[in-house]
Amino acid sequence: MTKFERPSRRGFLQGTAIAGATLAVPTFFTRGAWAQANFCNAPKGASVVLGFNVPQTGSYADEGADELRAYQLAVKHLNGEGDGGMLNTMKPSNLKGNGILGKKVEYVTGDTQTKSDAARASARRMIEKDGVIMFGGGSSSGVAIAQQSLAQEIGVVYMCGLTHSNDTTGKDKRRYGFRHFFNAYMSGEALGPVLAEVMGKDRRAYHLTADYTWGWTQEESIKNATEALGWETAQTVRTPLGAGDFSQYLTPVLNSGADVLILNHYGNDMVNSLTQAVQFGMRDKQVNGKQFEIVVPLYSELMAEGAGEAVKGIFGTSNWDWKLTDEGTAAFTKSFGQEYGRPPSQAAHTCYVQTLLYANAAETAGTFYPPEVIKALEGFEFDGMGNGPTLYRADDHQCFKDVLVVRGKENPSSQFDLLEVYKVVPRDQVTYKADIFGGELGPYEVAGCAA
Amino acid sequence: MDTTNTTADLKSATMDADTHSAHYHTKSEVPTQLPPLGPDMRPLWPPKVDILMTVLFGIAVFSMPIWLQPFGAAYPDLMQRFAIFGIFAIGFNILFGLTGYLSFGHAAFLGIGSYAAVWSFKLLSLNVVPAIILSVLIAGVFAAAIGYVSLRRSGIYFSILTLAFAQMCYNLAYSVLTPITNGETGLRVLRNDPRVLDALVGSSEVAIPRASFFGISMTGMAGFWACAVCLMIAFYIALRITRSPFGMMLRGIKSNQTRMAYVGFNTRPYTLVAFIVSGMYAGLAGALLAVVDPLAGAERMQWTASGEVVLMTILGGAGTLLGPFIGAVLIKYFENIFSALGHTTLSDAFSFLPDGVREFAVSIVSPFVGEGWHLTLGVLFVLVVIFLPGGLAEGFRRIGRMFRGGNKSETSS
Amino acid sequence: MDAILLQVLNGLDKGGAYALIALGLTLTFGTLGVVNFAHGALFMLGAFCAVGLQEVLTLSVRVRDESITFFEAYKEEPYLVLWFGDTGAAIIDWVVPLSVLVTIPLMLLIGVAFERGLIRFFYKRPHAEQILVTFGLAIVIQELIKAGFGANPIPISAPEIARGSADIGAMLGLSGVLTYPWWRLIYLASSLFIIGGVFAFLNLTTYGMVVRAGMADRETVQLLGINIQRRFTVVFGLAAVVAGLAGALYTPILTPNYHIGMDFLVLSFVVVVVGGMGSLGGAVLAGFLLGILQSFASLNEVKSILPGIDQIIIYLVAVVVLLARPRGLLGRRGVMEA
Repeated sequence: MTKFERPSRRGFLQGTAIAGATLAVPTFFTRGAWAQANFCNAPKGASVVLGFNVPQTGSYADEGADELRAYQLAVKHLNGEGDGGMLNTMKPSNLKGNGILGKKVEYVTGDTQTKSDAARASARRMIEKDGVIMFGGGSSSGVAIAQQSLAQEIGVVYMCGLTHSNDTTGKDKRRYGFRHFFNAYMSGEALGPVLAEVMGKDRRAYHLTADYTWGWTQEESIKNATEALGWETAQTVRTPLGAGDFSQYLTPVLNSGADVLILNHYGNDMVNSLTQAVQFGMRDKQVNGKQFEIVVPLYSELMAEGAGEAVKGIFGTSNWDWKLTDEGTAAFTKSFGQEYGRPPSQAAHTCYVQTLLYANAAETAGTFYPPEVIKALEGFEFDGMGNGPTLYRADDHQCFKDVLVVRGKENPSSQFDLLEVYKVVPRDQVTYKADIFGGELGPYEVAGCAA
Repeated sequence: MDTTNTTADLKSATMDADTHSAHYHTKSEVPTQLPPLGPDMRPLWPPKVDILMTVLFGIAVFSMPIWLQPFGAAYPDLMQRFAIFGIFAIGFNILFGLTGYLSFGHAAFLGIGSYAAVWSFKLLSLNVVPAIILSVLIAGVFAAAIGYVSLRRSGIYFSILTLAFAQMCYNLAYSVLTPITNGETGLRVLRNDPRVLDALVGSSEVAIPRASFFGISMTGMAGFWACAVCLMIAFYIALRITRSPFGMMLRGIKSNQTRMAYVGFNTRPYTLVAFIVSGMYAGLAGALLAVVDPLAGAERMQWTASGEVVLMTILGGAGTLLGPFIGAVLIKYFENIFSALGHTTLSDAFSFLPDGVREFAVSIVSPFVGEGWHLTLGVLFVLVVIFLPGGLAEGFRRIGRMFRGGNKSETSS
Repeated sequence: MDAILLQVLNGLDKGGAYALIALGLTLTFGTLGVVNFAHGALFMLGAFCAVGLQEVLTLSVRVRDESITFFEAYKEEPYLVLWFGDTGAAIIDWVVPLSVLVTIPLMLLIGVAFERGLIRFFYKRPHAEQILVTFGLAIVIQELIKAGFGANPIPISAPEIARGSADIGAMLGLSGVLTYPWWRLIYLASSLFIIGGVFAFLNLTTYGMVVRAGMADRETVQLLGINIQRRFTVVFGLAAVVAGLAGALYTPILTPNYHIGMDFLVLSFVVVVVGGMGSLGGAVLAGFLLGILQSFASLNEVKSILPGIDQIIIYLVAVVVLLARPRGLLGRRGVMEA
């Protein structure tokens, strides 16, 4: 049992005070020429408030807690406390360690409950009551897309947390939403060649897919990537979300003639389906004269922890891993580890980086005015944040960087050492054309919360 | 506020007639006299009083931006939610509070209302009027269908039936009905939707699609005023229903359905109407959710969401007019404000205490706030059901009675 | 043929869990007349008995973890392994079977405490209030477990020797590959054993027979000078034990987290009403039937005809049964038939 320090939220009271101020502002005088000076939640005092909206209840609560730890660390570093973490390794960087644009960073938190509705309600509280200038976080694509739409409607920048669906920066992309995390398409492009190399090109894959939007996009991406390399797809089967016992979906796999099982599941579904697949002896079966294999395209450390023994030798992809050896990773892992006594998860990493990137963009733009901040983020090319050279592409607000193919470690040396990096797939190999998923970013200027 | 003694009512309430075991326990407790149907059949209150009450209620609601200020809840989104879930709970109370039928599936109608409203925004017009009318009607149709089937049973069977229907709606909406509901992400209004009515008057092009009332955008405070107006109307209608002969009939059903049947009433049509009305209330609430925030997510149909409205109604006081609204406000307040409190906030709040004591106080309180807000809710709920079966409304009444010094007369406002 | 047999097995296995939960639920309803929405939480508590035992057995010393160089990290070495070597490791390996020994007394205690501490005040209250108070209680229990164990699922495995699969095809002399995990077979066997035990207790012991008499006619039994209330309290404890065992033994199959109780709650109520409120045999029968039905509805062949059927099958069955035969499959005529 691990007990964590409770998040400190000193910004809360200030937030309450600001809420009063925001409310008192009549709602009509912030258009046109005044927009630049008087945009939504323009910071007025000596501080600026950020909103961190993470799951605190429901099955992703632990992941949310890790995201929150990362956010707190980011705020600390931005304010010049602690050892500075990635502030020292990020380049180019305009961050000075004195807050953002000289204003001290404060923050408020909220509970997304991993529900689109609740997440939006919580985000609106942050915007309307606490006066946040930027909000971020979350652990599911549906929640990210819902919040991103809200960001566009209200005119407050949203920096996505963990979201892996192609739609987030595809058909549902928004001008006010930014994603640092990688997506299902990249997972497919990175994982496909490795699978072909390790398991051969003559394979028949059987997909079990969580029956909702993210599951479908991942199934499609992995299917396309593997079929392009010569694999066949035996069957794709949709499973209800939260099915718990997957036995009735697993037994047909054994007699389908497939020799690879691909689990397009996340969270508890992934923990259960993987554990159960291993119990059904799939790891030690021979089909078509080949070793039967299981693949989990999207890995997370917490899920690996939940699945325990079952992850050994299972391939998947990951956005980042604390065991990478570049200086950005080392700096972040060190300060995170010293603060909390455990290494950060990839969800924590993406949230930390996103916060720094936002702060840096505001410094670069010299203002908090969202259209200018957005322009500073668009097309931003940076390094030293743990993923190698990275581009925030202007066309779809997706980060392009190396993708990790990881594998469950056979002999983990500790509870934190469950995954090993099998291959770092270079950025060029996972880059795609911005228009393949359609969608439209929308305008820079929106009437905003003041309209 | 309420005319009858809620505790006694709940104690003798209905579901006993259909269970053998409860029958053993309560045999002696079933009220031996008929519910006082005769004289009470006429409306108890002249409409003037009703209007006065509605106005008072309205003043309380419309002044929320002022008196909620010290609680940190006076921001548009939360006040909108107070009003919307108030409507939902008041509507739920028309079914549960009056007839005693405990539905565990009312969130389905809320969700259906939301989807209908968003589709109206997408296909017809961004104006809220057609959206609200459409969603109330569609929710009513669904309520009629589900109610017709579910009301063939009573007691726990009725609960399970409504639960089953709602879960089917939720599961399908999340997965195979994604073309209609947009599944996990939720149905949103997009810039390039057709909006035929708007196109007719040549205004279908908007940068950011937002619901509006003839040009007034329904965001922020404007959205709250709209919800508050709807809440007042909903409250007045609920008041009239409660006071009407129809309302008395429903209470009669609650206190003893079998007897009502013996007296010669066919109770089914009455309960069905109550079910449909409360379903339409839920549809209205769902529509308003979409009005202030044009997104309809499937989660609002899940059975836990149905459970939430039950919690609201019970917490506030089932069978009373104001109770459900109080419950809704309380639960939404917990969800939005308590969940954001943390260790440091608490330390600040207890800063007047000496160091050691403060740490102790913080460590006692902190499991109940922040991510522990569910725990607070659960504890509060258990306590209310045990000690205040009439909900907080009964609590207020007891306090009121105490002040009037043991005055035993009915406290019907 | 193999595929069908496998799905029947899946259904029986799932049904075993459903039946156990529904059995406990029916016991409390039949004896005490209480509709217990916290029953799912009892299942979850059972699972966490196993988790808790695992935590206790793996109590560890912290050893500096040299493999992590970024910061000072520690890994854990269980005392049991330090002190007893392989024997200690074997004890940890057998944590799930051992947890039965913990679960039974603990759940009995929890059950009796529930009944004495809370439920008994609700006998004379309407079912609606019973549902509400137990629902609230379920939320409280769930949140307490979350506060203690976190929200992430906690892996727990079956003993090494039961981790593989049994070659049923060979055992039954069938051709073709037909394997099934050992632990699932064990779970099925133990659920049958527990069900048998409960029925034996109620039908073969005098104590149980008095309980049954009390279920049928409480007042007469009381008139005979028997303290039926005390026996019913014991029965509530028994129901808690059954739910707890169902949960503890299910942990290797379903990685436990704090809200598995809620996930099973709705389902178990459906099972109870389908079987017939108050009918023990009905609960067991309906549990297995619904398990099998759910397995078959998940087949791709079925889903291609009726898309989404696997998502709603359970509820659909409940609706049909309640409308066509409200007393359930084996319910007695006139009992809760409304």
